[in-house]
Amino acid sequence: MPSFLKDFFNRNGTLMGSLMLGLVLFWTVGLIILPQLSMLDFSFRPNLPPPEIGGPKDVYTLENYKYLVFGPEGGSQDYNAVDLKVFFRTLVAAVCVTIFNLILCYPIAYYLGQTKGNHIRILALMLIIPYWINEILRAFALRIIFGESGVLNTILVGSGIFDTPFDFIRNDIALYAGLGYAYILLMIFPIYNVIESLDHNQIEAARDLGAPWWRIHKRVVIPYAKPGISSGCTMVFMLSAGALAAPQILGGPSSLWFTQLIYQQFNDNSDWPQGAAYAVVLLVTCILLVLAVMRLFKVNMGDIGK
Amino acid sequence: MSAGVGVDLENLWIRFGDFVAVRDANVHIKGGDFFSFLGPSGCGKTTILRAVSGFLEPSEGNVLIGGNNMKGIGPNKRPTALIFQNLALFPLMKVWENISFSMEIAGASAKERRKRADELLDMIALSDQGDKLPSELSGGQRQRVAIARALCAEPDVLLLDEPLSALDLKLRQHMRTELREIQKRVGITFIYITHDQGEALTMSDDIAVMRAGVIDQIGDGKTIYNDPATAFAASFVGENNVFRGKVLEVNGNEALIRTNRSGDLRSRISTANLGKLAVGDDAMMFIRPEALDLAPTGTKGENFVTAQVTHEEFEGNTFNIFMEGDGGKEIKVAIPNHGQSFDDHTGQAMTLEYEVDNAVAVPAGELAAE
Ligand SMILES: Nc1ncnc2c1ncn2[C@@H]1O[C@H](COP(=O)(O)OP(=O)(O)OP(=O)(O)O)[C@@H](O)[C@H]1O
Ligand SMILES: [Mg+2]
Repeated sequence: MPSFLKDFFNRNGTLMGSLMLGLVLFWTVGLIILPQLSMLDFSFRPNLPPPEIGGPKDVYTLENYKYLVFGPEGGSQDYNAVDLKVFFRTLVAAVCVTIFNLILCYPIAYYLGQTKGNHIRILALMLIIPYWINEILRAFALRIIFGESGVLNTILVGSGIFDTPFDFIRNDIALYAGLGYAYILLMIFPIYNVIESLDHNQIEAARDLGAPWWRIHKRVVIPYAKPGISSGCTMVFMLSAGALAAPQILGGPSSLWFTQLIYQQFNDNSDWPQGAAYAVVLLVTCILLVLAVMRLFKVNMGDIGK
Repeated sequence: MSAGVGVDLENLWIRFGDFVAVRDANVHIKGGDFFSFLGPSGCGKTTILRAVSGFLEPSEGNVLIGGNNMKGIGPNKRPTALIFQNLALFPLMKVWENISFSMEIAGASAKERRKRADELLDMIALSDQGDKLPSELSGGQRQRVAIARALCAEPDVLLLDEPLSALDLKLRQHMRTELREIQKRVGITFIYITHDQGEALTMSDDIAVMRAGVIDQIGDGKTIYNDPATAFAASFVGENNVFRGKVLEVNGNEALIRTNRSGDLRSRISTANLGKLAVGDDAMMFIRPEALDLAPTGTKGENFVTAQVTHEEFEGNTFNIFMEGDGGKEIKVAIPNHGQSFDDHTGQAMTLEYEVDNAVAVPAGELAAE
């Protein structure tokens, strides 16, 4: 038995230790790894009616993946332009949402982390309380704000800034705002956590040595906050690329999110293998993208857990 | 050596809400001096330093550096460099990058920065350690890196906030000498903050003794130690025995004091209080443990004290005798150890004598907490 396991059992007792270990194993293997593996398995099989499952036609195939790239066999186009476009647009949009979120949340997290006093706790609470409200309700609330006759348009038109109402929904502004808003806390709190532990004297030392504020952030605060920034960005990117509720509710009629395609495959087309293949492609691409960015910014996997 | 840039505090007040952290401080620090602020924890030393470095705007009064009023000038624009109580080295930068940070801000090339950092590393006897991270250095080495980082900015005034307090005793004593040497070599003004009177006395040209936001006395170490201006300065700097009483007579620079417990005792009046301490005033008289000597028991006179011995201890270089003193405080006598035999006197009455010049009288006032 490796020594860390021995330590673990010594600390918790054999019974409690086995129980805890068992639960963790059940959670990771039973609830995460096995279902994902079965999805993976699905994605390599043809969509067959139930009687034929396990029959001679039930063989491994790359059909579902080919479909994403080339579209239906004998289709009019060489490539599945529609789905691919949605796919890349989703990725680019998720990256944009992440960057936008980072720019918005870093100053907030810095302020929360480096300012002392009771009002900080109240501010943090004010950030958290809206998240007690259901995600779908929050999305609809944004619809009310951004809708054609919504709050924002009433103000803009009423005050004469715009002549006619601006369609925030068709232009996807509502969608980006919704996605950004949905995951703000997941960006703020990891960054806040690290920045809070940054000794304020370091910021003052840098200032004392002549650094203007932006140099202090570049050289002292951001390098220190890097683990928090990467963990926040990873979460926000993964979750917005995989979001479903916000695009359903706030997306314009013409702009689909890739998750909506997956949903359609599973639900409307009852084509689970096709849906599974799309989901696998999205997951793998997102992971690769995150790993590439982490390598670019020299972040270790261990830092993300901080 | 250049004359250096002086620092003046003029009628400086600093308030936090209703709380007065610094009360009407007036200090003139000569260019090139090693100047210390000495006082107990919470008396406002860091606050003064932050006002000099620019992190804090005075509520009233002025900070002048080299004769220029610093009002409205930010910490990154002042010719000062601050060494923090906890050093505040940048943990993610290598030692050499830490040291040359100010040059990086000024836009110097990596090559220049490395060269200068290496020179400073030589000076602090840490050559070849430039590529380490601060966490890979010992406490004393980090200390020196912090000094080098501040010196690299070529400040006119170096501000040090209890930089040795985190070190162990041996290293602290070693660093005292080293700091003093560095100061002499670079010839700039050092403003040093400490609550350790030994540090202040050994290193400083001049010392300001602070008590709860007020500067009680400014002077060189000998003056502060031998000629304290207030009861607080007398009791805070070094060990001292206090005798409370009322002034009975004043003759020139001497006073006769009717003490509460030890009869009428004669004492020198501290220079700052000459002409101020008058007959009938409440006074305190201070005599250092090493200024008291044993006398034949029962001798009476204006420089003899008789009291009961409560306990004794052997400290190596001295025998210490503790006697019943005034207001629950013990009188401590330190007899130098010349190898003479030494009897146990516990429980007996003993008589002590002192030279009038070694006793100093000040107006009654607040004593330093033990
Ligand atoms: N930002 C602040 N707000 C309110 N009070 C403060 C502030 N900074 C300092 N004080 C108060 O001012 C007084 C002096 O503080 P300061 O830090 O100058 O003490 P110090 O002499 O440096 O003590 P130490 O030796 O413990 O470092 C303290 O009573 C402290 O509580
Ligand atoms: Mg302090």
